[in-house]
Amino acid sequence: MTTNGGLLAIQGLWAGYGEGWALEDVTLAIPPGRLVSVIGPNGSGKSTLLRAILGLVPRRRGAVSLGGLPIDERRSDVAYVPQRELVDWSFPIGASQVVMMGRYPRIGPVRGATVADRDAVDRALERVGMADLGGRQIGALSGGQQQRVFLARALVQEASVLLLDEPMTGVDRGTEEAITALMRELRDGGATILHATHDLEGAADVSDLLCFVNGRVVAHGPPDETFTPQTLHATFGGEVMIVDSGDHAHVHGGGHHHGGHAHPDAG
Amino acid sequence: MGWLTDPLALELFQRALVAAVLMGATCGAIGAYVVLRRLAFIGDALSHAVFPGVVLAYVAGVSVFAGAMIAGALTSVAIAIVSRGQRIREDTAIGIFFAGAFALGIVLISTQSGYQRDLSAFLVGDLLGVGWDEIALSAVTGLAVVGVLVALRKELLLASFDRVYAQALGYPVFALELLLLLLLTATIVVSLSAVGIILVLAMLVTPAATARLLVDRFTPMMVAGAALGALYGVIGWYVSYHLGWSPGGAIVLVATLAFLLAFIFSPSHGLLAHRLRRHPQHAARHAAIDPPPGHAHGTEGGPVVASLRRRHPPGR
Repeated sequence: MTTNGGLLAIQGLWAGYGEGWALEDVTLAIPPGRLVSVIGPNGSGKSTLLRAILGLVPRRRGAVSLGGLPIDERRSDVAYVPQRELVDWSFPIGASQVVMMGRYPRIGPVRGATVADRDAVDRALERVGMADLGGRQIGALSGGQQQRVFLARALVQEASVLLLDEPMTGVDRGTEEAITALMRELRDGGATILHATHDLEGAADVSDLLCFVNGRVVAHGPPDETFTPQTLHATFGGEVMIVDSGDHAHVHGGGHHHGGHAHPDAG
Repeated sequence: MGWLTDPLALELFQRALVAAVLMGATCGAIGAYVVLRRLAFIGDALSHAVFPGVVLAYVAGVSVFAGAMIAGALTSVAIAIVSRGQRIREDTAIGIFFAGAFALGIVLISTQSGYQRDLSAFLVGDLLGVGWDEIALSAVTGLAVVGVLVALRKELLLASFDRVYAQALGYPVFALELLLLLLLTATIVVSLSAVGIILVLAMLVTPAATARLLVDRFTPMMVAGAALGALYGVIGWYVSYHLGWSPGGAIVLVATLAFLLAFIFSPSHGLLAHRLRRHPQHAARHAAIDPPPGHAHGTEGGPVVASLRRRHPPGR
């Protein structure tokens, strides 16, 4: 379904609107078949990083390439799952119609969808556990189901890079697990996956690489090396509490205690 | 049946009926985008902004259609460019150019004392004054507008539903939006002789809004909008003939009345249907507790997500 698209290389990327920089001097090289979590507080530039890869936020300096080619020449090989809040869910269309949008570049203007396109849509809906909901008006779906529709739309692109902007926000536990399982499956098939997230522990569990962002890349590497109090502190400042229980560092948002003995991060 | 056939005896009235149907169908079709993309204000602005073009073309003795198209296109482009920056929002840009262009038309007309009566036909429409040449132009323009809407149905739908995703796929979203404004301008221009500058907005919005209350998919909504627009043209025209009302006014009143009926009686989205569905009472309580689907901002993703979200206000 997905293919190996080659190395995703971000070289000295500066991005942002107007005078300020939302992101400064980002350099990352992500080999194919990796699942990367982009982690940082709100307004840290997580979403901006994903959007700048696509050129949705102006790239003011630097370059992004995929398999050696400028990424703008391989746009439809990159599937983007935007934040759910950005669209009008009362729009008069059905779930399978939204999923079909992922095939539009392939179909081209004027022409209609072929049987192969419809099959791809059905398969993608089945894959995200929504086989029988394709005809449903999108506004009648739950938050988790809407997120699955977006995911299915990305799947039918058969892209080699997936960029997911906070896919876990506002979804039920079942959808969260389905998304995680799907991301792993696609990764195993050779796809490169970047997803922006708030969920620090979840990210550390599922990802091959973590990328901590706060206006710039604070740290980047495997969870073992990067998921440390130092990195967390540098990324989130004093807003995160670390609960050290045995060999795992558990992280909580400041002031949000879960029974266990919590203490502010000292350092 | 005399009331139905008698008015058709005169060619004058046949022309008026054909013009009303063409206007209604074209406006109703593009109206789906006007309603869903919230272009009502820009539609109103464009209908006024074509006015100086109409006056200038009239005075110069050239095609009024061409003059109106040029004025409308220039205004569309000006609005699109000015509102592209972040300091001036789109509605502000629309307000500036809409009133400015209309003022230019008024100033021009005030310098041309002899033309006032003829030009006033463009303000309120003059269905009985429409000639076959204008009808031919309306038909060709209407077909062209609908043809583009059909040819680019996927792209326009995608850019309307999810602009960011369309951009991510590499679609020229700005060009598509500009194209939609140009199609809107063309529709408005060929509708002016039937309903006039002031009432054309109703034909762009009301049939499509009524269709929105009756169907749940985009294509049926566009087809229903076109059919309703044409139907209102016919009914309004007969009302105008028999009661001696202004044709433009009668068509728009019929459209408004039909919308109100749909608003109350629509089987799926009408007021009555909603009322009936709220009984029995537990349904009402249920609705009050459950957030509507699509608006849930739950944070089941984990407590960490929730607390971080609250602690970091959006923006920089």
